[in-house]
Amino acid sequence: MTAHVCITGIGITCAAGNNVAETLASLLEEKTGKSDITRFETIHKGVIPVAEVKMTTEALLEATGHSGARNFTRTSLLGMKAAKEAVESAGITEISRHRTGLISATTVGGMDRSEHFYAAYLADPAKGRLIDIVGHDCADSTERIAEHLGIRDFVTTVSTACSSSVNALMFGANLIRSGQLGCVIVGGTDAMARFTLNGFNTLMILDKNGCRPFDEHRAGLMLGEGAAYLVLEPEEIALKENRQALAVVSGYGNANDAYHQTASSPEGKGAYLAMSKALAMSGLTPGEIDYINVHGTGTQNNDLSEGMAIQRIFGDRVPPFSSTKGFTGHTLGAAGAVEAVISILAIRHQVVFGNQGFTTPMKELNIQPVIHAQPAKIQHVLSNSFGFGGNNSSVILSKVVGHGKKNV
Amino acid sequence: MTNASIYINGLGNISPQKTSDSSRFLDDPLYFEANRLTCLDPGYKDYIPADMIRRMGRIIRMGVAASKICLKDALEGSGAGEIIPNAIITGTGLGCIEDTEKFLASMIRNNEEFLTPTSFIQSTHNTVAGQIALLLGCHGYNFTFVHRGISFESALTDALMQIGSGDLENALVGGTDEVTANSFAIMSRLGFWKRKPVSTERLLSDNQRGAIAGEGAAFFFLGNKKTDHTYARLAGVETFLKPGSGSEVIDRLHTFLLSHSLTTDHIDLVVLGLNGDPRSDEIYRQVAGAVFRRKALAWFKHLCGEYHTASSFGMWLAAMAIKKQTVPDATRLKNAPGLPKEVNRDNNPIHNVLIYNHYRNTNHAFILLTKD
Repeated sequence: MTAHVCITGIGITCAAGNNVAETLASLLEEKTGKSDITRFETIHKGVIPVAEVKMTTEALLEATGHSGARNFTRTSLLGMKAAKEAVESAGITEISRHRTGLISATTVGGMDRSEHFYAAYLADPAKGRLIDIVGHDCADSTERIAEHLGIRDFVTTVSTACSSSVNALMFGANLIRSGQLGCVIVGGTDAMARFTLNGFNTLMILDKNGCRPFDEHRAGLMLGEGAAYLVLEPEEIALKENRQALAVVSGYGNANDAYHQTASSPEGKGAYLAMSKALAMSGLTPGEIDYINVHGTGTQNNDLSEGMAIQRIFGDRVPPFSSTKGFTGHTLGAAGAVEAVISILAIRHQVVFGNQGFTTPMKELNIQPVIHAQPAKIQHVLSNSFGFGGNNSSVILSKVVGHGKKNV
Repeated sequence: MTNASIYINGLGNISPQKTSDSSRFLDDPLYFEANRLTCLDPGYKDYIPADMIRRMGRIIRMGVAASKICLKDALEGSGAGEIIPNAIITGTGLGCIEDTEKFLASMIRNNEEFLTPTSFIQSTHNTVAGQIALLLGCHGYNFTFVHRGISFESALTDALMQIGSGDLENALVGGTDEVTANSFAIMSRLGFWKRKPVSTERLLSDNQRGAIAGEGAAFFFLGNKKTDHTYARLAGVETFLKPGSGSEVIDRLHTFLLSHSLTTDHIDLVVLGLNGDPRSDEIYRQVAGAVFRRKALAWFKHLCGEYHTASSFGMWLAAMAIKKQTVPDATRLKNAPGLPKEVNRDNNPIHNVLIYNHYRNTNHAFILLTKD
């Protein structure tokens, strides 16, 4: 159980960019992905802003080589596009060369189509196009991605609400460390759906101004959509295959807040435990963390409990931190992987990204986020992802020192 | 892959059979004239506070109660007063579909207005694992897998790996799925289920396409120490996607057994996931015919129906069979059409049990249990 886990490829499709290069440019130029709802009809259009991927489903079909096909959910297509970018960026040409797995995360799977089926079905149980419901379950997108990449050895799906894809990363990293896999693609995908939009709206946690993480006047999250994937390989194989390691996975932690089905405990016990476990596994002290990509949804509850937990761990030496959800929106099951990719970009480009929407510090905290992108010396990044069900997870990604031939 | 031995030290099973009482072992099997089976009510108020029962969706009740039964059962061998597991790891194919349907229906009928959040809150796939953690005050590792027919096996894989590495000492692992009137109707239209009710006792003689729908919640308390109450050792799990042929399944089976220093000769009992759908049962016949002649064969989906985590019922059956050293009559495959004729092995000890299950010939899984 000691294989070092290297990240050798990344891919992303989100509101801030259709790929890694575009997303990085948006983050540096501080271009938000915020937009009106265009993907479906809803009474919230023009009222609640969201962060949609700027590609139509037809464009995604074309980009993945499936023009004209009718049986793909948007969730699958987003995932296929981002996962393919990750595999290509790693330089993998023969996917089955080592025992390879795919661990994908999603919260609502193919809901972007099944909600259409359900409307017709409710009116008449004999109605509704079956092609709109077959991809409803969470595994559908995963199996589509697996087929797109040619993976059959080990394929599974994780769903732990908004922490889903950090957990996919953790599980994948454990499979590498234990020697069960020689390569694993981990990440998550979620498409915008009326179901989730209305769900979060009933909880009154959608900010009509877009999100303002860690701001005193924050009023909720900005729903996003997207997908992100990372290629993990043990150091030995990464070296043998002459891959460029983009970062290494130093530690991770998963804990349950066990406080309430949706609300976080005021002191952020689960968040504290997840971060502590990740630090313990990495062997790093809090002082060695150079940047925190916080979960920072912009809800009253999350930012307070996450902030309290961060202050408890880092004391009066809290490193620069920011939530990048003002650029990408909250991509739910994809969020952890989206932010892991962003954390790697922070390491690769030695920059801390800004936090959109922040103006006034929270009165309960004595910390505030980095507002604008700024250069920084970054060796280790902590990324948090917390969700419903008390599911809290943190991961620490680090700059590569002396690994990989082409590196640094 | 693993450095430690991992034991099943407790179990809890809520199903369409009288399985919630772990002291009984299918001594009074229930047969139905049906194409959809529903779980028996174990008396939820014995396990869950009354005010919570009312708010919980049915799958949450089933999952929480099965986990409580499991931990209570595990207590017998532990010598402790209470067990708070190191980890809670669940698998579910469709998650909380009743709540998902409720929220969808009210959103559509009310045109997105006047909605209440309860069913949305409970619709997330990790609700069962989250509620168990909440009720136990368990802050440990908490995880939910949602991959069709290998959701439960993925949870087992995770637990085996982390207990094996020493990251965990124990884990509460379970599979949960529910069937609702709507999910049954929709999956019927997709051709999953038999159109007409059948006698579940004679399921394998029915020629209609499709399986019978089922549901259940089965939990297992896994630990790195053997106790007085241990059922079996969980030796290994293997999953794979879309094998090209029966021979690929057989190849993978040989490799899997070999990794545990076993061959098919060493297997005393084979638990098969036959579900009565002639199309998808064919692969079991091919595999059993090729490598499991003259073996004790058992099955279980005529008792619990087909669902994404049905293999958790299969593992309950296998663990009980090892502990009690008997295979219930209701589960024995004697002279089933197309399968090798069973030989009388009543007096043979049950040491190694293989569970082979697949979901619609897409997700395939082996689980291996041994006596010690």
